[in-house]
Amino acid sequence: MLSRVAERIYWVARYIERTENTARLVNVYSDLMLDLPDGVGLQWRQLIDISGAANFSKRYRSAGERNVLRFMLCDRDNPNSVLSCLAAARENVRTTRDLVPSEGWENVNELYLFGRKKFGAKNLPKGLYEVLSQVVGRCQQITGLLAGTMSHGDAYRFLRIGRHLERADMTTRIVDVGSATLIASGAEILRLENRLWMNVLRALSAYQMYRQHVRRRIKGTDAIAFLLQDTQFPRAVAHSLAEIQDSLQTLPRNDATLRAVGRARRLVNSDVRALSGEHLHRFIDDLQAEIGAVHTQVESTWFAPELDEAV
Amino acid sequence: MRIDWQKYDPDGNYDELISSPGYPRAAARGLAGHLRSLGDQQLARRQRMADLAIQEMGITFTVYSEGENIDRAWPFDIIPRVIPAREWQQVTEGLKQRVTALNQLIDDLYNEQRIVKDKVFPRALLKSSKNYLPQLQGSTPRYGVWAHICGSDLVRDRDGTIYVLEDNLRVPSGVSYMIENRSVTKRVFPELFRKHEIEPVDDYPNQLFDMLASLSPRPVEFPEIVVLTPGIYNSAYFEHSFLAQRIGAELVEGSDLTVGDDDCVYMRTIHGPQRVDVIYRRINDDFLDPEEFRPESVLGVAGLIRAWRKGNVALANAPGAGVADDKIVYTFVPEIIRYYLDQDPIIPNVPSYLCMDKQQREHVLANLDKLVVKPANESGGYGMLVGPHASAAERKKFAALIRKSPRNYMAQPTLALSTTPTLCDGKLEPRHVDLRPFILQGERTYVTAGGLTRVALRKGSLVVNSSQGGGSKDTWIVDTGSAH
Repeated sequence: MLSRVAERIYWVARYIERTENTARLVNVYSDLMLDLPDGVGLQWRQLIDISGAANFSKRYRSAGERNVLRFMLCDRDNPNSVLSCLAAARENVRTTRDLVPSEGWENVNELYLFGRKKFGAKNLPKGLYEVLSQVVGRCQQITGLLAGTMSHGDAYRFLRIGRHLERADMTTRIVDVGSATLIASGAEILRLENRLWMNVLRALSAYQMYRQHVRRRIKGTDAIAFLLQDTQFPRAVAHSLAEIQDSLQTLPRNDATLRAVGRARRLVNSDVRALSGEHLHRFIDDLQAEIGAVHTQVESTWFAPELDEAV
Repeated sequence: MRIDWQKYDPDGNYDELISSPGYPRAAARGLAGHLRSLGDQQLARRQRMADLAIQEMGITFTVYSEGENIDRAWPFDIIPRVIPAREWQQVTEGLKQRVTALNQLIDDLYNEQRIVKDKVFPRALLKSSKNYLPQLQGSTPRYGVWAHICGSDLVRDRDGTIYVLEDNLRVPSGVSYMIENRSVTKRVFPELFRKHEIEPVDDYPNQLFDMLASLSPRPVEFPEIVVLTPGIYNSAYFEHSFLAQRIGAELVEGSDLTVGDDDCVYMRTIHGPQRVDVIYRRINDDFLDPEEFRPESVLGVAGLIRAWRKGNVALANAPGAGVADDKIVYTFVPEIIRYYLDQDPIIPNVPSYLCMDKQQREHVLANLDKLVVKPANESGGYGMLVGPHASAAERKKFAALIRKSPRNYMAQPTLALSTTPTLCDGKLEPRHVDLRPFILQGERTYVTAGGLTRVALRKGSLVVNSSQGGGSKDTWIVDTGSAH
């Protein structure tokens, strides 16, 4: 399999997953803003920080709701906006069409056209919550379609690695919403903690699964442990890392990447219940760095191999 | 309503299907009878079936329009064009003869230049050739073959004579549509294939693979063959990916390949670098290697020509083969065949006037309203003057162009291309066609069974290019031997 093709397939998965997760993130954040009383210190700007985009302040003067949402959803100059991700996913599928089942291409193309209609206009679409829920649903549809119609060979392995790396990364970011809120608001929010974590879990469609798993009142430490360490919940970081490890098994020259995944897995399984506030935030930074290191290793091993390695 | 062949009138042109109103030619008798039994409604239904099949199979070509690339459904007419097997046998021999002579010419021009010394091929012509690459002098690719894949355009004139209109030796395209047209036609008229002896066309990918494999510099059983494409934005991308799939080769872009310190070509794969033996390139010479040609090219591979010169990789077609794909060189082909093969040409050239010759130039300038003027190096019907259809201003412009650079132009009489029945608004009407067969030359020479028939869909039009409103048809080589 050509390196370029592997790379494009990998990014198809990442961009679809990123689209889905950004839509989820925006929805949960909008909900939180409605649920939490003013004055607990939750601000739209934090959403930008969480999503990791750097060029917001260069482009907008104030970080009000409208600007933040436009930046996260519609702005083609933000490479992580939903519209940019959809365009990038489409371009990557377009150039690997011989490997992706044709329904896969059609679905990605339709979703891009839907996104362009909804987020390409001057104003944000009406019924934003509904629109974003539809985006989430369609992304899931594409993921399911590929899982059910594409041979699970090398190409599919790169797809799976891309999807789970992106998902692990985004789950850490969404957990960060919770910890950042707690830091920002200090003691006054503690009585609202329950509501906060419920929203975080909902953002990841994790509420029900969490309920089945943890049979007591929602607590921050339980929710964090669940989202980071559960091996069975498909959006938990530990689960995603296990999926990546599994996909790597049959790929050639996989040892360095397997070691990188191992490091991330060890870190995610450390005692997160003991962490709170600033410590948790820093822990998540470290975890994101390990996840980033897995990506770097995948890239240097399979996408840009040095010529003299095997000659 | 049933089709009445009495009312189908080709208006004095040679028609591929009937010999005179009401009388189908022998090879087309079965088809004509069958079409008559179907009637208009059935025909319309079958055309819809074909359109649907083309959509489902994703047969497209790309056009650049309004700043965007659009994948368009391939325009296809369901009524096949029929050629008798016996006639095709002659054409096949003629094409083999032609390509053999052209390859000897290219090899000679890059080596001893005997034909120039013997004054059969003017030195001035070689000197002013845009496609000749002097830096490749002294090279001889395997079997002395430079143009491994050739698409020659054939036309038939009013009296039934088949002529070669041009030879495409650079990166000819269309063969994938020839194969796809057949699969669509089989879906639309399965009953006809049961009843008639129609030569299959889908052997081409096997032949292409064998030819490419025969070029491999390493004597391995399964050489690594790749198809090099400029990418998704190229108008023939569909074909590149189609052929790569059918011959089981990787479809690569320039950035997938690299030339190592050992002057061998490698492709970047997830298993690490893998040696490449044969490159079926669909990129023009200019862009192949930024070290040798256009330094700004990002489509090609730096060092590729170096690897090729050392014999570490085969390129099909070889760089520089385009020297024989030049409308002026074309006019010399009959002489070239006589010179190298000591044979008379089996298929004639269209009579042509060379503007570099003073007498012929005067004739061209005096008859611009009757002639077609072609530039030496364009393809796809660009930069041409069709005298009878041109305005006085256009003719004046061309007269000036010809005087300014006579080497760049040649002229031919306007041919009355043959017609064949075509479904137009639900009725069968005569439309002009040409034919592009494909010739493969490596260890052996192979000619496709028929080729790609292109049809000018507008009434009276002679323009068959798909980018300019042309369509295409399936082409049947029908053996009537047993029917007589």
